[in-house]
Amino acid sequence: MTRMRITTEKPGARPLPPVYMATSLGGATIPNPMLTASGCAAAGRELDQFFDVTDLGAVVTKSIMLKPRSGRATPRMAETASGMLNSIGLQGPGLDAFVDTDLAWLKRRGARAVVSIAGSSVEEFTKLAQRLRNTDGIAGVEVNISCPNVENRGLVFACDPLAASAVISAVRRSTAPGIPVIAKLSPDVTDIVEVARAVVDAGADGLSMINTSLGLVIDTQTMRPTLAGVTGGLSGPAIRPLAVRCVWQVHAALPTVPIVGMGGIRTGLDALEFILAGASAIAVGTVIFNDPGAPIRVLHELQRELGDRGFDRLSDAIGYAHRPHGVPAEPTADESAGDDEAAPGDALAGREHKEHRG
Amino acid sequence: MAAVQVRGEVLSIRRVGDYHALTVVAPGIAEGTRPGHFVALAVGGPASATLLRRAFSIYRVQERGIYGSTVEIVFAVTGKGTAWLAERRAHDPLDIVGPLGRPFALPKEPVTATLVGGGYGSAPLFTLAEQLRARGCRVDFVLGASSEPRLFGALEAKRMSTQVAITTEDGTLGERGRVTDVLPAMIKRSGAEVVYACGPMGMLRAVHTIAEAYGAHSQCAVEESMACGIGVCMTCVLPVIGDDGQTRMLRSCVEGPVFRGDRVRWDDIGTIPADAVGAPVEQEQR
Ligand SMILES: Cc1cc2nc3c(=O)[nH]c(=O)nc-3n(C[C@H](O)[C@H](O)[C@H](O)COP(=O)(O)OP(=O)(O)OC[C@H]3O[C@@H](n4cnc5c(N)ncnc54)[C@H](O)[C@@H]3O)c2cc1C
Ligand SMILES: Cc1cc2nc3c(=O)[nH]c(=O)nc-3n(C[C@H](O)[C@H](O)[C@H](O)COP(=O)(O)O)c2cc1C
Ligand code: FES
Repeated sequence: MTRMRITTEKPGARPLPPVYMATSLGGATIPNPMLTASGCAAAGRELDQFFDVTDLGAVVTKSIMLKPRSGRATPRMAETASGMLNSIGLQGPGLDAFVDTDLAWLKRRGARAVVSIAGSSVEEFTKLAQRLRNTDGIAGVEVNISCPNVENRGLVFACDPLAASAVISAVRRSTAPGIPVIAKLSPDVTDIVEVARAVVDAGADGLSMINTSLGLVIDTQTMRPTLAGVTGGLSGPAIRPLAVRCVWQVHAALPTVPIVGMGGIRTGLDALEFILAGASAIAVGTVIFNDPGAPIRVLHELQRELGDRGFDRLSDAIGYAHRPHGVPAEPTADESAGDDEAAPGDALAGREHKEHRG
Repeated sequence: MAAVQVRGEVLSIRRVGDYHALTVVAPGIAEGTRPGHFVALAVGGPASATLLRRAFSIYRVQERGIYGSTVEIVFAVTGKGTAWLAERRAHDPLDIVGPLGRPFALPKEPVTATLVGGGYGSAPLFTLAEQLRARGCRVDFVLGASSEPRLFGALEAKRMSTQVAITTEDGTLGERGRVTDVLPAMIKRSGAEVVYACGPMGMLRAVHTIAEAYGAHSQCAVEESMACGIGVCMTCVLPVIGDDGQTRMLRSCVEGPVFRGDRVRWDDIGTIPADAVGAPVEQEQR
């Protein structure tokens, strides 16, 4: 069959293949796997000019802290090859104003909202979760643990399995049972599987990975660091292989845990890599700055790429890359027999992907 | 006003002194454009390694030209993105988002206005002048640049104003010096009540100080480093005093780029003033 690689076409140019895109977000079902990466979509309102935010699997909002926060001094960003450094410093209006304005807007608009929370102590995370518990219309809570822990010399929670699990179990305890709690992991650790395991044991219903990786750019004119904050988080296509590796490793170790994959997704093929590595949902971040329409474009491209490979359901592609080559095809109930246009994926499309992992 | 993302097409590109004037056929942008709005362009093509959008003031638009709706910008080549833009030719595709930002505030009554442009910063001032004059305002221009080839629109300014003062730092055109050297005399002569300015931050700050000294309001279009231009990344902030007297770090792409000069904390740009809402009291984080 012909493999069409149309990555710049407008959605709707060719009808989308019928692929069932619904997926799991930490146990809850969402109609499609596309999320916005926290901090790259504000609270969805600005992007609603460019596409219908209710078409997303969910809007993940900018990490919010308990109190208003001014963030860091400028310059806050530096462009790098296929990426950027940022040191925003979690600027935001604080939880109360966020709930009254941003979350209220998302609710009125009918968008699924995953609220990202950030804190500098277990107590702050707990308070955030407790206040959100009394707020309806939330599809999930993402816990940004890439923050320094003031109680432990500023060591980032995500780099300390013990501190990370303390935060996650506190948030899980304080969050309504039906609402998934998703832990957002940092790639800046020696063993990401160890952290993943710790937070899952602490009650995380899903994992988001990856957050940015710490970087530094020096301005060769001034011969000083470009960012006022000296270091910043690297994001964009430059970190994609690093992110895919993290998803791969964690999915191999914890195959039943839903993962939101992100890090440099720019096209449907990029998104497909994350799905094949084991992500059940994906998020677009930095690429939104390049193309505000990217989330929906990438979602459509992904659906096309799945269809072109003979997948009827997104779920059949999750973790597919972990299967050994040459696994014999097993016909399944929903597989249409005698399809002579079958793609390699078709034969395996209906199989339980879990049995092929080891 | 909603912004749109358009896969536009280059209609023309021409040299104007050291600058390039680029006209793009971009349906949907001209219609909502007001003076002071800007556009954000993707540079380098669909697989570009330079992801961040480049912001440019809208010089002028045409809603129903023979080629459809067009947007024109004027730019200097300063790095990779603008170098790529300078290589565009007629019919090349160009991804453009706009109109963006908050435009210049127009007076309800006919007033006397002085428009100050530094370098390509004059670009958004001509449509502003037209609209001010249509409201019965007296308009004078002060244009300055380092050198004559970096002065944009001197003739156009003459056509649409009562008086024009021109400065170049090397004296190649007009008076040798800076716009701020001639601005006080201009304000005194005309009795300007409002000063509109666009140019480098240092110039804006000085213009605001002069305007204030003469009892005039100022409207300044700032230029902060931007990654998205649409309000989602929080890179483009500067300290601005609100109606409640509190200083907040505002996004210059959506709450600006035009600010009242007396509201911007010019001396504190590049810092978080200690009295800003949410200023750090404890450890920072990335
Ligand atoms: C509201 C606004 C209006 C502007 N209007 C004009 C205009 O009419 N004509 C014109 O020539 N220039 C204008 N600029 C500046 C223009 O955006 C930069 O010159 C351009 O982004 C430089 O891109 P580059 O790739 O050539 O430079 P690089 O140095 O390679 O850019 C690297 C990164 O820094 C950012 N950056 C670099 N310089 C600036 C700057 N001065 N301002 C903002 N971001 C910057 C770029 O967007 C990019 O993300 C405007 C900027 C703003 C914010
Ligand atoms: C400007 C910017 C701000 C970000 N802010 C947050 C944030 O507040 N919380 C968070 O969990 N991640 C934040 N991130 C990280 C992204 O959500 C994402 O994990 C990372 O950028 C990798 O994805 P990407 O390459 O698609 O951007 C931010 C990233 C960028 C570029
Ligand atoms: S440039 Fe992204 S918020 Fe202003």
